[in-house]
Amino acid sequence: MNAFGSIKPNARPFYQKHSSEELLQALRRMYLIRRFEEGAEEAYMRGLIHGTMHLSIGQEASAVGATMALRRSDYITSTHRGHGHCIGKGADPKLMFAEFFGKEEGYCRGRGGSMHIADVASGNLGANGIVGGGLPIAVGAALAIRKKKRDDVAVCFFGDGASNEGAFHESLNMASLWKLPVIFVCENNKYGMSVSTERSMAVANVADRAAAYKMPGIIVDGNSIADVAEAVAEAAARARRGDGPSLVECKTYRTRGHSRSDRNRYRSKEEIEDWKARDPIPRFEAELRAYGVAGEAALTAIRESAEAEIAAAIEFARNGTDPNPADLIRDVHSPRAA
Amino acid sequence: MTVRELTYAQAIQEALAQAMDADPDVFLMGEDIGVYGGAFQVTGDLVQRYGEERVMDAPISELGQAGVAVGAALAGCKPVLEFQFSDFATLAMEQIVNQAAKLRFMLGGKVNVPLVMRLPAGSGTGAAAQHSQSLEAWFAHVPGLKVVQPSTPADAKGMLLAAIDDPDPVMVFEHKLLYKMKGEVPEHPYRVPIGKAHVAREGRHVTVVATAIMVHRALEAADTLATEGIEAEVIDLRSLRPIDTDTIVRSVQKTTRLACVYEGVKSLGIGAEISARIAESEAFDYLDAPIMRLGGAEAPIPYNPTLEKAAVPQVPDIVTGLRNLVSGRI
Repeated sequence: MNAFGSIKPNARPFYQKHSSEELLQALRRMYLIRRFEEGAEEAYMRGLIHGTMHLSIGQEASAVGATMALRRSDYITSTHRGHGHCIGKGADPKLMFAEFFGKEEGYCRGRGGSMHIADVASGNLGANGIVGGGLPIAVGAALAIRKKKRDDVAVCFFGDGASNEGAFHESLNMASLWKLPVIFVCENNKYGMSVSTERSMAVANVADRAAAYKMPGIIVDGNSIADVAEAVAEAAARARRGDGPSLVECKTYRTRGHSRSDRNRYRSKEEIEDWKARDPIPRFEAELRAYGVAGEAALTAIRESAEAEIAAAIEFARNGTDPNPADLIRDVHSPRAA
Repeated sequence: MTVRELTYAQAIQEALAQAMDADPDVFLMGEDIGVYGGAFQVTGDLVQRYGEERVMDAPISELGQAGVAVGAALAGCKPVLEFQFSDFATLAMEQIVNQAAKLRFMLGGKVNVPLVMRLPAGSGTGAAAQHSQSLEAWFAHVPGLKVVQPSTPADAKGMLLAAIDDPDPVMVFEHKLLYKMKGEVPEHPYRVPIGKAHVAREGRHVTVVATAIMVHRALEAADTLATEGIEAEVIDLRSLRPIDTDTIVRSVQKTTRLACVYEGVKSLGIGAEISARIAESEAFDYLDAPIMRLGGAEAPIPYNPTLEKAAVPQVPDIVTGLRNLVSGRI
């Protein structure tokens, strides 16, 4: 089965361009993200992990859609709500869970936790605990790409809240000024913690701000993986051609609270339910069925395999190695050169 | 054979050129470092010699520049970022303190951030409170950063080259009054290790630990005191993080007295740290007098030249202070 086989000829470009294999891998990654975060939530409730976490449940389409356009050598910078980006870029959930559990086997050897998961080998330069922290870092990674004459790109994930930081202005200006290969992917989930975009932004859309930097500002339905993937693929192609950065704003929603402390006082149950009805995963499944990419049995098999992978990942993490306090300061600096 | 003399600024420029010659991944970024030549003419004509891709004028976006430098460093480059004045690093605290300093640690040692920041610092130019600060102790408080203050042209070159070689972020504070100071500087690219203090003058009555311009004021004060029979040992600290505690401990065991002379605000600064290290060390029992700190006033740097001088230790202050310390009058 491929794009020219059973897929209907009137399907949108996303379904024409990607093989069935790629489409089903995307769906599997969305399941992995969902189950990863539900698993993390359960582990937290059971007292297996401490600290806090920022769940992206409901935002899986933007994470996977945006990273579908990327190669392994492309970079991403991520956010505090970054589990999806990490899995989208190809990280191993088992090593992510090990990090969540604070184990040596984790991506950051237990030093970073949920908010700093990175997988540098897959081009993920890290989630970031500072809102807007990753914006100029992505521009710098793109500058390095240019200097080393590579045709890779850097995708910078950020939220609506980060677009109110000074770092946003400085980063987009420099990226555009120097025509660097960056794609600024804004996941606008309507709230910076509790404050809505209406209460924090003078314009209606983050993408409206792109005009100030002379770059395209594209708004997409962030809960449609096809919408996100098509827009980011076009922006990536533009960046690889040397035509400079783009801003893609994905309108989406987190159905969970900001973090563990959130009591949802700033939004209504109706609003949350309304967005749950627009869940990107069943929506993608429906399209895959409609375009003949997968039947119910295939979808069930993918769902079950993702669930099994997450269950095994949690088991792996629980059995991981606790760091030795004697190694506390080991990685503050690089080892001295011989 | 005579050794060639360069100014402190020329020595830095030579280090930058030699670093760029040796490694194509090294590039410079900052404000007005291109055709303007840098606010203190440190980069000079480097843009003509190396081109705009390697000597990059950036918009006035200190936070953004610092972040771009962090990102480029993560992706395999070796940026050398010039802050026009060290005061402006306050605009970039987020990237310096939260990102550059912590990324290696937070990511489990799987990355390193080979970033060098150059920061013209200190008072004495009539530039008033927002262009004259000595903030090095702020940054030295942050694990993950290395903080150095070369006080001579030779160290300015050798420590900058060591900083560029370093796999981790290094902040180099350059005192503005030193830029025109001349000194012998070897031509070849050499390194002065980070974390090693230098005994600039040997003496037996009192140890003076000084930084940056205060090294020269302490040496001048020591010359005056020598005529009175007081021999001061002057240690150029050179590196605030890491600190070379051993050299100071050994000296204090010999002289039995300690004074710390620095331009940063006296309270909660480098003097407190050195005093505490001596108090915690085997040198404590050797002390024959209380430890003395001569530091900046508890005030912003004023504009009026008389007030500006009064705000930081001057040679007569050091002479008087050391004389009193040695003669038991404190």
